[in-house]
Amino acid sequence: MSKTTLRGCFFVSSLEVGEGLVQFFNVTKVYNQNIYALKDVSVKIDKGEFVFLVGPSGAGKTTFIRLLFREELPTKGQIIVAGRSITRLRPREIPLLRRNIGVIFQDFRLLPDRTVYENVAFALQVVEAPPREIKARVEEVLAQVGLLSKAHLFPHQLSGGEQQRTAIARAIVNRPRILMADEPTGNLDPATSREIMSLLLEINRLGTTVIMATHAWDIVNTLKRRVIALDKGRLVRDDREGVYGYEA
Amino acid sequence: MKLRTFGLFLRQAALSLWRNAWMSLAAAISVAVTLFILGTFVLLILNINFIANTLQSSVEIAAFLEVDAPRSEARALQERLKNFPGIADVVLVTKEEGLKTLAQQFGSEEELLKATGGVNPLPDYLRIKVQDPAQIGEIAQAVQSMPGVDEVNYGQAVVERLLAVVRWVRYLGAGIVVLLGAGSLLLLMITIRLAVYARRREINIMKYVGATDWFIRWPFLLEGFFLGLLGGALAAAAVAAGYSSLVNKISLSLVFVPLLRDGYILWYSGLGLTAGGAAIGAAGSLLAVHRFLKV
Repeated sequence: MSKTTLRGCFFVSSLEVGEGLVQFFNVTKVYNQNIYALKDVSVKIDKGEFVFLVGPSGAGKTTFIRLLFREELPTKGQIIVAGRSITRLRPREIPLLRRNIGVIFQDFRLLPDRTVYENVAFALQVVEAPPREIKARVEEVLAQVGLLSKAHLFPHQLSGGEQQRTAIARAIVNRPRILMADEPTGNLDPATSREIMSLLLEINRLGTTVIMATHAWDIVNTLKRRVIALDKGRLVRDDREGVYGYEA
Repeated sequence: MKLRTFGLFLRQAALSLWRNAWMSLAAAISVAVTLFILGTFVLLILNINFIANTLQSSVEIAAFLEVDAPRSEARALQERLKNFPGIADVVLVTKEEGLKTLAQQFGSEEELLKATGGVNPLPDYLRIKVQDPAQIGEIAQAVQSMPGVDEVNYGQAVVERLLAVVRWVRYLGAGIVVLLGAGSLLLLMITIRLAVYARRREINIMKYVGATDWFIRWPFLLEGFFLGLLGGALAAAAVAAGYSSLVNKISLSLVFVPLLRDGYILWYSGLGLTAGGAAIGAAGSLLAVHRFLKV
């Protein structure tokens, strides 16, 4: 086991494919006393799954991701990741959780003054990986996302798809067990979206659980993966091989 | 934390200082100006204290004995007072010596004696030095009540006013030092906050990829530390140069004013300002970063 993974050993447990990696138990999130972002949501996501999170704007998809990432605490309920309650984490344990969860966004969130290589290496510097390991691992991941030849370029010199691939490389460089994607294709054309999706599927095939919030109905309908639909904070549908839609 | 990681922090801090060179310089100079005023005040207070102490230690009690008291009684009292708690030294000034001193100020002895009908009207008196000027009042009272003592004089009003002034200067000085310290802290905090604000995206991403709060804080802390250190050192140099030349000028024109002239005072104040600047810088950055860590 490499040192990078060891540093995240906090969440390494011997879960098998099919066992619950993420579990929400009656989770409710209320903002400003009466705005329900999530209402009594219970859901179990297994290791190795690819899950679409669908629903109209304001349905609670982003809140779902923020809770899982421990950016927010639920008002009620319990969230378990790899057998540990993340609502009871001490503040200094939160970074360890996050090293096990990669995250990508619609707007890529790359550092504009750093090259592709530096943007990806950054995630390993943060966990104090040795420089030799950083170099080897960053090159490996950049090759995986097909950007090795553009490692020296800055984000503004890349296309949208390439920027998102850089963000994906940064998200998986730490070998996280979960990859969360908040509208990853929202800013991309259909062809580029397909590229990104095949990359996410490949990452999933290699064992990482992928949770993707999206409005892209065509992608959801084509891939026929598990679909969790939220509407007004409630879980309205959970289909094993679902299609896009959030009617109960 | 690994040494390698600390190297990374140092590089990041240096890079940020370099990228915002003008801002950094402006912050260091602002801190230097505030600390210069602070240093000047500290030296001023130390000197006022020193002058006050020098004056206080030269204050004496004059215990005038009864005019017809025999010399033997005066000597006995002198011995007794030498062993009195709180008294450092007792000198007997006889009436003859008193007359001589008076004559030096007001003409010759003969003239004085002629004016008083040939009789020396002065009593013998004891000049008493006390160990602690603050106790002079109590000791004077005790001496007053001793047999053979006619009157006691120690410039009560002057001593009390002096003590009051010293006390006020100390309080005022402490207040000003605290205010100026808080001022420099705020100044650095605002400057570093601008730097942090400019990098809030980076901080956000750092948190997303699992950086600990301390991993994020260190580069900013070092940045503040170096800005404060530079400001403190500039202030120390300015205070040292200013003080030396001022002391030289004053001692030429106002010879009788006692001033602190030892080199150690400049070393200590210089070290204090530099270390204080660095500490204020580090504390200011920690406060500035605090809000941006809540992700």
